[in-house]
Amino acid sequence: MAPEEIREVIIEILGDIAPDEDLGSLDDAVAFREQLELDSMDFLDIVMELRKRYRVQIPEDEYVQLASMRSTVDYLTPKMSEVAK
Amino acid sequence: MIASKTSQLDDNQRIVITGVGLTAPNGDDLAQFRSGLLAGKSGVVPYEIRYFGKTIAGVCNYDALRYQKRKELRRGTRAGSIGIYAASEAVKDSGLDLANFDRSTIGVYIGVTEHGNVETESEIYLISGYNYDTSVWSHHHNPRTVANNPAGEIALTLEITGPHYTLGAACAAGNVGLIQAAQMLRLGECDLALAGGVSESIHTFGIFAGFASQGALATHEDPTKASRPFDLNRTGIVVAEGGCIYTVERLADAKARGAKIYGELVGYAINTDATDFVLPNPERQAQCVQKALARAGLNPEDIDIVSTHATGTSNGDTLECEALRNVFRQSDRTYFNNTKSYIGHCMGAAGALELAGNLPSFRDGVVHPSINVDDLDPTCELPNLGLGTPREIGKVRRILNNSFGMLGINSVVIIEDVGAQGH
Repeated sequence: MAPEEIREVIIEILGDIAPDEDLGSLDDAVAFREQLELDSMDFLDIVMELRKRYRVQIPEDEYVQLASMRSTVDYLTPKMSEVAK
Repeated sequence: MIASKTSQLDDNQRIVITGVGLTAPNGDDLAQFRSGLLAGKSGVVPYEIRYFGKTIAGVCNYDALRYQKRKELRRGTRAGSIGIYAASEAVKDSGLDLANFDRSTIGVYIGVTEHGNVETESEIYLISGYNYDTSVWSHHHNPRTVANNPAGEIALTLEITGPHYTLGAACAAGNVGLIQAAQMLRLGECDLALAGGVSESIHTFGIFAGFASQGALATHEDPTKASRPFDLNRTGIVVAEGGCIYTVERLADAKARGAKIYGELVGYAINTDATDFVLPNPERQAQCVQKALARAGLNPEDIDIVSTHATGTSNGDTLECEALRNVFRQSDRTYFNNTKSYIGHCMGAAGALELAGNLPSFRDGVVHPSINVDDLDPTCELPNLGLGTPREIGKVRRILNNSFGMLGINSVVIIEDVGAQGH
């Protein structure tokens, strides 16, 4: 999966987790929490959805990599390079 | 009129209902619900659920987004959502200004028949698609299934910082929530209570399958005719969802703010059959009714309406009617009705909802009937059992509400029209 495809997946997951938010104006460089009403349970939802959909395992000490869209995509790109969308 | 013991209490010990919020399968506020009961409107519809397949149920149609965002709905449970809706509607109806109320003095006491089955079934279904890999089991499972969940979601949403918990009391729970509120207000543990009951039970296949296996799940080609307590051809229970929550206050506080008062809780009782897991015991039910009457200092003829618990099961209806005949045989003044015939069995919400539908009788003097009785079972005959059409009976002073549940729990509340006491 290419980085832009990973971004689409994350947007889709965020759409389920935060259905009241406008994701169209998301700034990839800024932390999710500064733009969206997300708490720790929501971040766990992102981890869980990636595990369910793509069998991607994210160790707990690496959750910090999911802070912003840019850091998330950068972190997931090598992990999901072989994953088909 | 006999002065009740309760009416001799100090106003700080007298407990009144000042607001009603509800969703029932045939109405999403008290006015809609009451007009549905007077018009014979059923809320039972065709329904389908995982594994069990096609059946019928009482389904609510309240606007879940009125008091919750979509994210909050996703995060929480159906029972929590029903509770938030009913609690918010009750507060609105009460005229209370929660923004300027010390919310550490509010208690939330919510009756439930069961909680957690819906989420557990859903999670097991989900992991079955992953070869039962528990690493995809949701982290939301525990906060959704803890037994206090519905009360906690109400407190969280309304920013109430006083005590909150549920009362697990099977299908007696709606009354038990109200009784708990009265006790806590009298103890000074809270200054305002949000109390009643909720049910999300139609979202668990287990309750349908369990009643079916027990031979106690109603079937009928016309869903609106399936719930038929007292009818000779009744076939069992129609499972329903719903919720009813009251704002409950001490009379002194209600008077001080000039609150609208629906009625006073003048008597209540909870007891236990201690004889069987499911089969009711009419002797204990009668004792429960008598205990509530005694606490209120009332005689059977002081009760104008008895809202029966009858669920449409063969034994249950017969045994409750036997209990009621024993208590009320001397009273030609008491009328009997049933609400489950319209909406099915709202489980933890049943007691609170069934009481609510009768409260307007204090104003209009009309008793709504039981519907769907085409052929009255002789074992269910009661004097003044309202069948088919509403009846005007003149001044209604008191309503007695029965609510019973599995493991032999019985609950009774008696509500009196405060106006009837000459205030």
